[in-house]
Amino acid sequence: MAFKVINPGLLSLIEDFGRYGYQHIGVTTGGPMDEHAFLWANRLLGNDYDAPQIEITVGQLQLDVQQATIIAITGADLGARINDCAIMPWHSYAVQPGDRIAFNTPVTGLRAYLAVQGGFDIAKQLGSASAVSREKIGGLHQDGKKLAAGDILHYPSFTLGPETVCTSVPEQFIPDYQAPLTLGVILGYQCDSFSKAQISKFFNSDYQITGDIDRMGYRLSGTPVHSSLDGIISEGISYGAIQVPKDGQPIVLLRDRQTIGGYPKIGCVSSLDAARLSQRGPGSSVCFALKDIHQAEAERMIYNNFFNIGRKAA
Amino acid sequence: MKIQPLSESSLIVYMGEGIDQRVAQKVKAASYRIRQDLFSYVIDLIPSYNSIHLTYDLTKADYFWFQAQLRGLLADIDGMKFSDSTGSVIEIPVYYGDEVALDMPDIVEQTRMSRDEVVSLHCQQLYTVYAIGFSPGFAYLGNTDQRIAMPRKQTPRTRVPAGSLGIADSQTAIYPSDSPGGWQILGRTPMELVDFEKSSLTPVDMGDLVKFVEIDKQQYLSMGGVL
Repeated sequence: MAFKVINPGLLSLIEDFGRYGYQHIGVTTGGPMDEHAFLWANRLLGNDYDAPQIEITVGQLQLDVQQATIIAITGADLGARINDCAIMPWHSYAVQPGDRIAFNTPVTGLRAYLAVQGGFDIAKQLGSASAVSREKIGGLHQDGKKLAAGDILHYPSFTLGPETVCTSVPEQFIPDYQAPLTLGVILGYQCDSFSKAQISKFFNSDYQITGDIDRMGYRLSGTPVHSSLDGIISEGISYGAIQVPKDGQPIVLLRDRQTIGGYPKIGCVSSLDAARLSQRGPGSSVCFALKDIHQAEAERMIYNNFFNIGRKAA
Repeated sequence: MKIQPLSESSLIVYMGEGIDQRVAQKVKAASYRIRQDLFSYVIDLIPSYNSIHLTYDLTKADYFWFQAQLRGLLADIDGMKFSDSTGSVIEIPVYYGDEVALDMPDIVEQTRMSRDEVVSLHCQQLYTVYAIGFSPGFAYLGNTDQRIAMPRKQTPRTRVPAGSLGIADSQTAIYPSDSPGGWQILGRTPMELVDFEKSSLTPVDMGDLVKFVEIDKQQYLSMGGVL
């Protein structure tokens, strides 16, 4: 009743919706970098919104199927195949014992999500299965490690029958990861320490994604913007916060960010846009646009409702 | 008190200026009230020095409602008096021996004091926990005696052993787990500072008072200390 990992690829991690309620002792949230793709994978299978999945960064993961189930693949197109048959993301597929699921390299996007019917059976640590390697917490072995060859991933048994149907995400919900990306920014934190001229530069420049990107944050490069502050008294960091160190190059802080920090911040990228950013790789270009907090709030509420966030099947 | 929205589900409450024990006490008191009264709406709370970062549950509250609740709950907090050192003191045993005090030679040289004087100044002080972060259980304590305030190392160590006690400027802290770090190391504690299996998780909380107690090698080893 499991998948066996033949090749773990570059970075394959167990992620659920994230670890909440422990930031006061310095434990980060973790969770899926691309929430949109993650939530759709669970939705395609009728799973709870937070059921654990595999987040596959860049690709190369190979799994042997030992027990029939239905899988859903969403997010980046990493050239996935079941045996010799190429499969597309944003669909669910039935798999049988002896099948091999294999990912190649990115066609579009950076991170794919693989969910199984009922979710992977992973012991939780501090309320979550999400792996955070830096903190040695979560994941298959509760040590934060990424998947390794030989790992066995268990999931609930499922009988494929004639009534078993495969599902797919309606086209209007499938993002184009190659489209130009504008990140909505809610000004906040130390935004007053940036002059009008600096703010204007920030919103009117293109920024390139550097090679320095990981689950903690995305370092961008472009027109430098400067705060009048060198450092600040360390304070809590929101998901999507844009930190601007001395060199003026913004860093967008993401899922595995540290909980507190002492660099000036100009504001926050909206959570929906931060998820979009995480599908872009080095060399892609992004720009920022001012976002009204009430608009961001309304969009997020509709989104939470759509995906049943906070609600579980009885 | 100033409340500022940050994102669609987070905000920050600034409770004062600077690194100040009284401000830290105020942050502690406010955090306690929020946990008591608004617990079911709060997803995460990060108290730190002079601020409280809050992530709230957008399925139950919106910004307008939540900030109004906070304003009501904390209306009298600015007028409250906080004394310098109230509450219980948590004692942390520290071994300051040569094997673990990796930067003691540098500290002795820079401060032009003897090792014993440095240790005694470090142990005399009553410290406030200003923040916990950077990594799980990493507690920022202040303030050290000005005579032993030390800048960070020019080149950070790639690995600081778990339990190491460091100084950076006028702050002192313990590395809860092996990690890279640039603080000047002057001792090591056998105490576990973070344990995901324990219900308390960490022995200290933001706003707590801490004192270091010198122990000898024998005691350090018998308490499970590693050299």
